[in-house]
Amino acid sequence: MSSLTEKDRPIVRLLLNTGTCPRCIFRFCCVGSQTPYKRPYKDLMKELKEFLKNNPEKEDTVCFEVADPPCKRIRLENTEEGPADLNQNGVLKQIALVNEENTALESSAVKVCNVCLGILQEFCEVDFVKKLCQKVKSADYQFTSFVFSVSLPPQLSVRERAAWLLVKQEMGKLGLSLAKDDIVQLKEAYKWIIHPQLSEELGVPADGKSLFEVSVVFAHPETDEECHFLATACPDCFKPAKNKQSVFTRMAVIKALEKIKEEDFCKHFPCPPTSPKNFCVALEIQCNNGAVFVAGRYNKYSRNLPQTPWIIDGERKLESSVEELISEHLMAEFKADSFNFSSSGREDVDVRTLGNGRPFAIELVNPRRIHFTAEEMKGLQQTINNSSDKIQVRDLQLVTRSAIGHMKEGEEEKTKTYSALVWIDKAIQKEDIAFLDDLKELKLDQKTPLRVLHRRPLAVRHRIIHTMKSEYIDEHHFRLHLKTQAGTYIKEFVHGDFGRTKPNIGSLLNRTADILELDVESVDVDWPPTLDN
Amino acid sequence: MAAAQGGAERYFTRWYKPGTALTGRGARGGGLCAVTCVCVFADVKGRPCEDFCVLQHSNRQYNNYNSCCRICVITLAEAHPLLQNGKTIKSINYQISANCSRLQNKVSGKSKRVWLGAQFLTELAPLCRISSSDGEEYTIYSCIRGRLIEVNENILSNPAILQEKPSTEGYIAVVLPKFEESKSITQGLLTQKEYEEVLLKRLNSSS
Repeated sequence: MSSLTEKDRPIVRLLLNTGTCPRCIFRFCCVGSQTPYKRPYKDLMKELKEFLKNNPEKEDTVCFEVADPPCKRIRLENTEEGPADLNQNGVLKQIALVNEENTALESSAVKVCNVCLGILQEFCEVDFVKKLCQKVKSADYQFTSFVFSVSLPPQLSVRERAAWLLVKQEMGKLGLSLAKDDIVQLKEAYKWIIHPQLSEELGVPADGKSLFEVSVVFAHPETDEECHFLATACPDCFKPAKNKQSVFTRMAVIKALEKIKEEDFCKHFPCPPTSPKNFCVALEIQCNNGAVFVAGRYNKYSRNLPQTPWIIDGERKLESSVEELISEHLMAEFKADSFNFSSSGREDVDVRTLGNGRPFAIELVNPRRIHFTAEEMKGLQQTINNSSDKIQVRDLQLVTRSAIGHMKEGEEEKTKTYSALVWIDKAIQKEDIAFLDDLKELKLDQKTPLRVLHRRPLAVRHRIIHTMKSEYIDEHHFRLHLKTQAGTYIKEFVHGDFGRTKPNIGSLLNRTADILELDVESVDVDWPPTLDN
Repeated sequence: MAAAQGGAERYFTRWYKPGTALTGRGARGGGLCAVTCVCVFADVKGRPCEDFCVLQHSNRQYNNYNSCCRICVITLAEAHPLLQNGKTIKSINYQISANCSRLQNKVSGKSKRVWLGAQFLTELAPLCRISSSDGEEYTIYSCIRGRLIEVNENILSNPAILQEKPSTEGYIAVVLPKFEESKSITQGLLTQKEYEEVLLKRLNSSS
């Protein structure tokens, strides 16, 4: 149970008279229980006023939740005491009551709080909650909980400071102190009030860890310039903004408030803060779902398909891409804003990926739909596979963010096996290539290939070819199977790249070699988990 | 994929810098022979047929201004004296001057701006000097403007490959033109066809 005590009275009187709303008054009186804040605004206002009319000499702690306001009882007592003056008293009392009612009527139009600018007033009301939830529902997201985040205009911090200084001074007269940390934070009180209402309307609980975020940006243009005095007082807190946005960000304002001396603050800003004409406005209401991750393995059967879109000067050089063929269907099903595709390494446009395929992971950004059963994922996999013969996917499944780490590991650490069709200028016989099968752990020094030097720095890569197996075809051709370390450039190992990869097939056979075809036979990563496809 | 050409040459376009005056420059000195043989570079002694071939790779890096970067490999053209029968290479020297060695080119590091330390070359910048056993000395020029990426150290240890495989393992250097200049890079060079015409003219003028 909360209570306002006698010592709160001067603060309550001061704040109420200077235009502060009941809930902010509670905050500055350090009312730490949630229940009082959740009560209807009108009730709070009424009871506060009656609390002030209470006899200040009463010693009992006044419990704020008492149903009968004490002043009514006092009036009755008075009328009982003077029977002779009853009529006069009665009339007088009635006039007094009427007057009070009039003033009550006058103040029934809610004045904008000079501290919270309406956040703990209008924006706690059912109407706003309904409007908010309406927006959330129409955005059509799938979610099981929510986190509600609020962005407040920076001038609220300035006004909060002014109110604190005012209250601190008043309490000082009573020999009491008030630390900034004792005051209940505005955002915290707001969430106490609004979370249960949102939760009820949306049908799911509020959860700080939720991936579904409802965010509201509040603004109060009328008082936007109130922060500007801080720029003259603490210029180094306000760096010129790179974008065209205001330099008076919330963080910058808070920093400046920490620096500025009390005397300087009071010179430039009124304590108590002035009463504004308008309430805050809710500028933006946005919903966002945390990303979901889908992983799998892909096969590539086309020798004319890039992994990512190949677009130059706005013109597409090759139709489609591996990532588009896979992501297209996922984007449609998950109803995401965008995607990020990553894989355990990649192959050139003209290289096929056979065997179990290459692991990939797709991050779907801000998906509207997040729940998919294993059956539904299988169906999705089938849809992708039916849509193209250039690629096929397997083991399609929902995974966590750790997927990205697995991709990297696969790319940098795991071995791969390849099959290359090799051409030789001078005639070869079976015996000439047999020795290749016996070369184990062959060490290569590969300078950055000429074909990527325009975008990669010059370096020497030391890589190992673990095993090789040759298959003689004819005097100028043979097939070479290799198992290599991650990051080995196979084409350069075959043709030598102007002698910049050593050794190379040409140098090993003492001839000139070229690579006609290359296939990835396997990517030796055991992730993602194999599914019963 | 087609066979035929060996190795990595498939993706290169060949451009030529003949060791002769280009169109419009006219003759220096008399005689038909002089026209075709005078070198375009003023301070070179004007040797016949010191032609170079620049291999420009097809892979490009684009920036916002629609210009692109394509790696170029500087090689000797087949007509170059060093590649003719009977020539033996005595030495190859990448020390161009007292202060400049092409072997000491700073291109280490992983950042994208790694080329900033590389030696900048103009068309007339010498890459190396090659001496043949008959006492001749030849200067190999960059032929294009750009940053020096590397010089071929393999020919230092094995000069024979310069003559055996001048268009691949026997290359001289790798140069990366500046983004902004990418379009003008090939302006001072001849296409394969244009070069073949020059060769034809030489043949006719000497007969």
